[in-house]
Amino acid sequence: MASSARALNRFGLGAALGDAPPSDPKLWLSAQLDQFNPRPAAIAGVLPSGKLIEMLRDSREERKELKAEAKQAGTDPKDMKQKGKQAGMPGPYADLREAYVAAVGARTAVALSTQTPFAERLVHFWSNHFAVSVDKIVTVGLAGAFEFEAIRPHVMGTFAELLSAAERHPAMLLYLDQAQSVGPGSSLGARAAQRGKERGLNENLAREIMELHTLGVRSGYSQADVTEFARALTGWTVGGLAKQPILQGPGPQYWFAAPIHEPGTRTVMGKSYSQPGEGQAQAILNALAVHPATARHLATKLARHFAADDPPPALVARLEQAFLQSQGDLPTVYRALIEAPEVWSGPPKFRTPWEWTIAALRATGIKAVPGKSAAGAFQQLGQPVWKPGSPAGYDDIAASWAGPDAVYRRVELAQRIAERSAQSIDARTLGPALFPGSLSPATTTAMTRAESGPQALALLLASPEMMRR
Amino acid sequence: MLFARRQMLVATTAATTAALFAPRIAFAKAATDRRLVFVIQRGAADGLATLAPTGDPAYAALRGDLAADLIDRPKLGGMFALHPALTQLSGMYSAKQALFAHAVASPYRDRSHFDGQNVLETGGALPYDRQDGWMNRLLALLPADSARGLAVSATIPTALRGPVQVASYAPSALPDASADLLQRVSSLYADDPQLHGLWEEALQTRAMASGFDAAGAKGGAAAGKLIASLMAGEQGARVVMVETTGWDTHAGQRGRLNAQLTGLDALLAALRDNLGPAWSDTLVVVATEFGRTAAVNGTGGTDHGTGSLAMLAGGTVLGGRILSDWPGLAPASLYENRDLKPTTSLDALIGGAVAAHFTLDPAIAVPRLFPGSSSGNLSGLIRG
Repeated sequence: MASSARALNRFGLGAALGDAPPSDPKLWLSAQLDQFNPRPAAIAGVLPSGKLIEMLRDSREERKELKAEAKQAGTDPKDMKQKGKQAGMPGPYADLREAYVAAVGARTAVALSTQTPFAERLVHFWSNHFAVSVDKIVTVGLAGAFEFEAIRPHVMGTFAELLSAAERHPAMLLYLDQAQSVGPGSSLGARAAQRGKERGLNENLAREIMELHTLGVRSGYSQADVTEFARALTGWTVGGLAKQPILQGPGPQYWFAAPIHEPGTRTVMGKSYSQPGEGQAQAILNALAVHPATARHLATKLARHFAADDPPPALVARLEQAFLQSQGDLPTVYRALIEAPEVWSGPPKFRTPWEWTIAALRATGIKAVPGKSAAGAFQQLGQPVWKPGSPAGYDDIAASWAGPDAVYRRVELAQRIAERSAQSIDARTLGPALFPGSLSPATTTAMTRAESGPQALALLLASPEMMRR
Repeated sequence: MLFARRQMLVATTAATTAALFAPRIAFAKAATDRRLVFVIQRGAADGLATLAPTGDPAYAALRGDLAADLIDRPKLGGMFALHPALTQLSGMYSAKQALFAHAVASPYRDRSHFDGQNVLETGGALPYDRQDGWMNRLLALLPADSARGLAVSATIPTALRGPVQVASYAPSALPDASADLLQRVSSLYADDPQLHGLWEEALQTRAMASGFDAAGAKGGAAAGKLIASLMAGEQGARVVMVETTGWDTHAGQRGRLNAQLTGLDALLAALRDNLGPAWSDTLVVVATEFGRTAAVNGTGGTDHGTGSLAMLAGGTVLGGRILSDWPGLAPASLYENRDLKPTTSLDALIGGAVAAHFTLDPAIAVPRLFPGSSSGNLSGLIRG
């Protein structure tokens, strides 16, 4: 039942050139849960969020200055920026865009060189679950740091730990507007109101935590619960960015700003929370992390990712049980996946552009790609890294990815990868190594009849087997 | 303004096979020259800032700083001011080629983007009620030789999904694959029901779009030009969906919305200018999943709301009008004490306009397109 082809492709990221197929597929997978390296060499050189927040602050100031100068000179700020570029000044946010490109390169290099591809797939899954999309300028630099600092260290822990790390990370607090949310009854909120200035609540993060990160939509919470949770979350913010000295905090990192926290007891889903300060929202998060609706929501998403677009109800129920009985211990849930017959059988899943590209590059023995090329390729294939365009993340079903133009682009890129790969790769021997025991006669025939080695390889990379996992 | 990616579910079907067996009832016997473009604003666009009810006594106080761009603008119909970024659209309104419908909503009454978009795109009463979209069902009602649907994106959005095969296209900067490889891929996919259909569709669309300069496809104007080129001529697409994102303005709304609306305005103008004479046969529907809160929030933005704005533009629109049973913004008039109360069905608006545009019997067509709606259809939207 447990075939090495499924282990390599569905659980893993596709076989890497030269790898022997695992002799005991289940053991190969479960060992990865212990062998996973949260901080591999490829991401060691990536800038930490503290540095990136400082760069964000500087870019904001630079943009403001640029605007002021333009106003004084009576010109358009865009012209001013253009002039600066001609004079060799890159302009605001350029260094953050560079940081994004470098982080994409690092993420790609880890996926291409890893010995624990199943564990890396789980990193990608959770990173997408807690999506911070770089179409907002505040997240451009920080999205990579979010995955490396908040997701990677916690994928083998409990869901509560992962949740807490994700919601506290500056990238999340900035992306979903939490950093600027002010309790109207807080000391700073009340003072601002006296001066006739409106500073107030923003419920964006509170809603998305409930709807997307934990309980799931339509699972029984109300608008009132969202607002109460938003009040509890006030004070969870990012230091080093605010204008007022009182909100600077201990520097460019997460901190709890008591002056903007809404005082008082909160009631969320019928339970009351009277903790003072930071612990209040944390207590609500802890309750959400082990709520039965959360277990159902996460079990459904995992089953959809590993088994089928329409998740098999029996598998969802088993994952849900594993989650609840272990109080959200993630490796326990992963082991339930490894043991699930539904994942080892059934029709294949259509690969996303990320999955297909990583599999194609691994197959051809490429261990790293320049960040700029990687970012460009994922953009062209329709799945730019960390840019799903919404906090819901990229979705995980064939209907989202199996479009005519999307397939066409994969074929274009397959040709390019094949042409660049050394002539030494013989697609006819590579094919059976990628898909042990399951390569179709049509693909075998197409490779045999190809006019050249690179063309045979392009056909293998574009084959129906390769499009799916 | 960016093209969006898909959010939503639906199992894919072997589209070509299914299309062979799908019942196709041609209401219109002859091929049609009529063209429909549906522009979805993903993220809940703020109708109260796009067409601002500055004549409502509660407006200025609710909106605070957000009202600054709007409050002194000339009023249309004594009540509403159009956002200053919409200069081209304003011209279309004066030329009686644009109609605005305010305080509209789909049957959806909660505040999740993803559920709201699903209801708007499927035409169901509840999220995930249906798997196919209203635009795909529209294609099934058109004569076969005119039923050419197109998504201007690499994949197919929910509104266009369903048994009728549709094309998708977005400009690519990748190098062209060699003709020989393309042919070999065709035979490699021949026995794969899913990939075969996708591949044949991709090859046809590529052939049609040749000559377009993908490198310049930036901004609304380039997008509008591209879309017009895909709709041109006898074999051009007739039912097109365009996705725009970036409307979820929780913070710093003034600048962001200005940029969004500038892009939308340029897109509509480029469509008009590049479609040429075909513009007189075109209907553009612009709509969003729900509106935003009546009041500004604490961060210079607005949160998820309910009632919003929809716009119709194009040569067939009986325009120069604002359609609104205005509910008012006084505290007691708001929906759940926070949102613009919907008074007009968005489904009835889109259904009524689309049916009249394609000369379909609205009593039959509208319930097909929007089975989740019980509000019938609006008439008098399209020139007779």
